[in-house]
Amino acid sequence: MALSRRDLLRTAAAVPLSTLAMPAVLRSARGETPILVGSLHDQSGPIAASGTPMVESLKLGIEEVNAAGGLLGRPLQLVHYDTQSNIQMYSQYAQQLAVRDKVAVVHGGITSASREAIRPTFNRFRVLYFYNVLYEGGVCDRNTFCTGTTPAQTVEKLVPYAMGKDKKKVYIIAADYNYGQITAKWMQKYVKDQGGETVSVDFFPLDVTNFGPTISKIQAAKPDLLLSALVGGNHTAFYRQWTSAGMKDQIPIASTTFGLVNEPTTLNAAESDGILGAYGYFEELTTPASTAYVAKLKKQSPSIPYISELAAATYEGFYLWAEGVKKAKSIDRMAVTEALETGLSFDGPTGKVTVDHATHHVTRNAYLAAVKDRKWVVRETFPDAKPQDTAAVCNLIKNPRDNKQYEISI
Amino acid sequence: MDLSLIIALDVVNGAASLFLLCLGLAIIFGMMKIINLAHGEFVMLGAYATVISANAGLNIWIAMLVVAPLFVGVVGLVIERCLIRFLYGRLVDSMLATWGLSLCLIGLVTTIFGNTINGVPTPLGGFQVGAYRSSWYTIFLLAMAVLMMALVYGVLRFTRFGLVARAVMLNPGMAATLGVNPAKIYMATFGIGAAITGLAGGLLAPVSGITPVMGTAFVAKCFITVVGGGAAIISGTLSAAGLFGFVNQLGAFFTTPVYGEVILFLSAILLIRLLPQGISGRFFKGTL
Repeated sequence: MALSRRDLLRTAAAVPLSTLAMPAVLRSARGETPILVGSLHDQSGPIAASGTPMVESLKLGIEEVNAAGGLLGRPLQLVHYDTQSNIQMYSQYAQQLAVRDKVAVVHGGITSASREAIRPTFNRFRVLYFYNVLYEGGVCDRNTFCTGTTPAQTVEKLVPYAMGKDKKKVYIIAADYNYGQITAKWMQKYVKDQGGETVSVDFFPLDVTNFGPTISKIQAAKPDLLLSALVGGNHTAFYRQWTSAGMKDQIPIASTTFGLVNEPTTLNAAESDGILGAYGYFEELTTPASTAYVAKLKKQSPSIPYISELAAATYEGFYLWAEGVKKAKSIDRMAVTEALETGLSFDGPTGKVTVDHATHHVTRNAYLAAVKDRKWVVRETFPDAKPQDTAAVCNLIKNPRDNKQYEISI
Repeated sequence: MDLSLIIALDVVNGAASLFLLCLGLAIIFGMMKIINLAHGEFVMLGAYATVISANAGLNIWIAMLVVAPLFVGVVGLVIERCLIRFLYGRLVDSMLATWGLSLCLIGLVTTIFGNTINGVPTPLGGFQVGAYRSSWYTIFLLAMAVLMMALVYGVLRFTRFGLVARAVMLNPGMAATLGVNPAKIYMATFGIGAAITGLAGGLLAPVSGITPVMGTAFVAKCFITVVGGGAAIISGTLSAAGLFGFVNQLGAFFTTPVYGEVILFLSAILLIRLLPQGISGRFFKGTL
């Protein structure tokens, strides 16, 4: 949307007026007009289990900043909409945040489908957008910052570790939508890089509940390792049926999705022990920053079953934006973007998170863990993992006007 | 040889779980012509009843075989008294009301237990066939399907209640003149249908990921099976569950799970086109 003459006049008139009016506001309200922080997360429907901790985490960040005096002397206020696990709601509320509420920044989107539904809206209305979820990589857009991990940061570590020296035959099972499809491609690439062989790749619609035929098929293929990118409640049934068939101790499993909600606590130890996962964060991390964050978030909302990378990255995404505002001394979109592009960083619960100018992704620590007794035990830390997958296709320093999600050819 | 045995077991297992899931619906839809769109949520309630009581320390078998059907049966009775009894003979209204009910149940369970995944471990363990492994629980599900089939058949065919129930379904007016209270029979039948559905939920709980929205994964398949089966409760549901379970599982094994589902739905469309009255409308006329 181009700036119309009417908009320009209105803005030009509003600035001196609001400056004049400020003392009055100071006296009447409890402070300056708040800075609005938009949030679009699912709090009902199938994806709510992921969305709820993210909103709580965002609330925590806002409360902390407010307790410390706000940003630029102004308090922050959350404008949250429950997108109900429904893409249509995402589009509708994105418009509302941009046009009616005129928020300074939006944190939100969970599935890749929801992100692609709202990203163009924030571009059009020039609202800064943060996507704080691990995803398949490739988004190249100067208006968007992606703070979650991408396959080059996690899958690249997970596959070689799980394959070890002698596990060359790999079987891949994944959820049947863009995340699963693209992640399965990355898995195949890393298996090949390790000199292994992918014997089969199977995709499952999200409502598949009976994995009997698949389990037989896997047995017939006799792989050394099973890689899983299964998603959601129905798919947890796989781990259960796998164990009850007695396969648990026969073929090891590594997963890029297991544990994002609360899988380790719902399955019993026999069903989940030894499953490997790699993410940007585990609740069990014992660094002081992590334990402090977990304590604060659990105190604020005791009902959160597990604090995963989703919540931690949302918290850090929010703080990165706050750092950007502090450095820019403004909430203006371009000023904050440019401040962030200088390579701002924040020390969060996951460790140091640094914005990468070229991709608008972040360099962050990655962790590899195994389930033991229904909890994750962190086995390896990979400091400062870079978003190399996106970096291979995206350079916003050279092409700042670039705006698309690349399908990274593997 | 071992592999074909395992695949045969998968197929039988698919058919057995489908049959268990559909039996309650077949009773409610087939006998009473109520389109119960909350069927999936009855399954979900059965699963939750099992998980909650098993995690509270109750023996898993009691939780599955007693608590789940009793609880959902009682819920079914309450729902029949408060909602369904006003809707007999109003097919479209019953759809709307039970759809609302399904949303309401999902909301209620989400509010109480949260939107996270629950579960209980699978009992029994596995066994070996040559180089392949399968679980005893699969065999147990099959046995339960056979048992439920025999039980429902026995009740409908050999007991006085079964006779009266069938009479009321055929002609409530005539049954009433003979001294039967149709309202009571409807209530009991709905309760039994709900209890059987709850039992199916309980039986599937140890092999599923249990969430408030899990019912939606079952409801479409169940309706297709019941409609594909036609009017006869047992022979119809059994033949349709057998057929669809067979194509779905074999399709999933030889192609991918995606095509397994596609083949199931395609064969359902074909079946309804060729046999609009369902399988039992053509082949098992007059049976139960």
